[in-house]
Amino acid sequence: MTIEYKNVFIKAASTIAGPYEQAGPLNKYFDMTTDDLYNEEKTWEQAEIKFFNDSIEILLNKIKKDKQEIELFIAGDLLNQITSSSRVAFDLGAPFLGVYSACASNIEGIIIGANMVEATQINNFICGTSSHNLAAEKQFRYPTEYGAPKPKTANFTATGGASIFVTNEKDQIRIESATIGKVVDLKQTDAYDLGAAMAPAAADTIYRHLKDTKRDPSYYDLILTGDLGLYGKQILIDYMEQRYNLNLNQNYNDCGIMLYDLKTQKQVNAGGSGPVCNALVTYGFVLDKMKNKEFKKVLLVATGALFSPTSLYQKSTIQAIAHAISLEVVE
Amino acid sequence: MSNEEYEAIVKKHKPTEQRILNIVKAFVIGGIIGIIGHFLLEFYTTSLAITSKEASTLVIISLILVASFFTALGFFDNWINFGRAGFFIPITGFAHAMTSACMEYRKEGLVTGIGSNIFKLTGTVILYGIVSAYLFGLIRFLLFGG
Repeated sequence: MTIEYKNVFIKAASTIAGPYEQAGPLNKYFDMTTDDLYNEEKTWEQAEIKFFNDSIEILLNKIKKDKQEIELFIAGDLLNQITSSSRVAFDLGAPFLGVYSACASNIEGIIIGANMVEATQINNFICGTSSHNLAAEKQFRYPTEYGAPKPKTANFTATGGASIFVTNEKDQIRIESATIGKVVDLKQTDAYDLGAAMAPAAADTIYRHLKDTKRDPSYYDLILTGDLGLYGKQILIDYMEQRYNLNLNQNYNDCGIMLYDLKTQKQVNAGGSGPVCNALVTYGFVLDKMKNKEFKKVLLVATGALFSPTSLYQKSTIQAIAHAISLEVVE
Repeated sequence: MSNEEYEAIVKKHKPTEQRILNIVKAFVIGGIIGIIGHFLLEFYTTSLAITSKEASTLVIISLILVASFFTALGFFDNWINFGRAGFFIPITGFAHAMTSACMEYRKEGLVTGIGSNIFKLTGTVILYGIVSAYLFGLIRFLLFGG
């Protein structure tokens, strides 16, 4: 299902990243970074909330608006019961919709909000997300100090907060269309190879988006997946070719790979993940390049693995989803 | 495309893990810990004039203390990541697993945090350690009479 928009514009976005992202190649595109994984707080969870809250603060300064002028806040994160999002929603005080599609939560949020803006139900909204490497490790894997060795296919949850302000007032970049993802499951079970679990979901969404809009992959200057990682990216390219006969070799990249320097930052293994991974790359790097008109048409396909430790231990296979939005420079 | 065909694509792109290197590392590092342990055993038996059975308890306590201390200082997770099984199979790994769980959950309180999570990783070792000790003890008793 692809929805087209006429009057949905991105006015500004904000990004805050942690130490590992700061050491990566996109550092100069972030609004703020910190060396401190605790972010001056006492726990990883509180640190994540502060990242998120600070990103809202920076965004409000950029768009020169008060909290009261924000008509809707949509957010999602990885922690149980999306507690980071609800805490930030309380601090912001705007009407709030909490969403969850794992690492595609922020794009799900943008799609919901964009529909309401297009339908003139609201004039603007903020969509935000956050994740924290160690808070995610603690929840999904092992205690952080345990440092369990991981296979090369494992990905690394990015740390930071990111928010975007979307409005019906005309601006440089618009959201042109969106494709809502279907849940896909090709019976993958390895939580240390989520790229393999999510690639078919990304493929399905990309295929349906291109079919609905009658476009070729070459229509876009850049097609970005959220967090498939080094091996997931290769799987997607092969799978697209074999199943849909579509060639992604020219203009396709993955946010998880772009966020870090995979040669020197060995601890990230296959690359970044987490909802803030695609947000840091898109809201920081991609929007900047679009403002300079280096990219004019970008398809962002955020991928999410919809599992919990409980579902994994009960031998359930990993379901995945991918939501896509198409961004365009307004001529 | 069937799931099997997809599995073939996944397999094609799966990187190989450096198993031989990991085995060698585990052998060398585990061996070094063994040597340190034996050195301590000799040291305790001669300097404290105790039996080697009593001294071996002291050796275990020493290794647990040092490993826990290293975990608390925050660098032992990097060692584990490097030395892998060499560090986490000996008693140092057991101590590290408990201390790291303890550190992680201390902010959720003494009972709901540390109390209910300290054995999060090591509970398995204790449970199946006791069960298998009982079974092998039983086998030994039945075959050799104790």
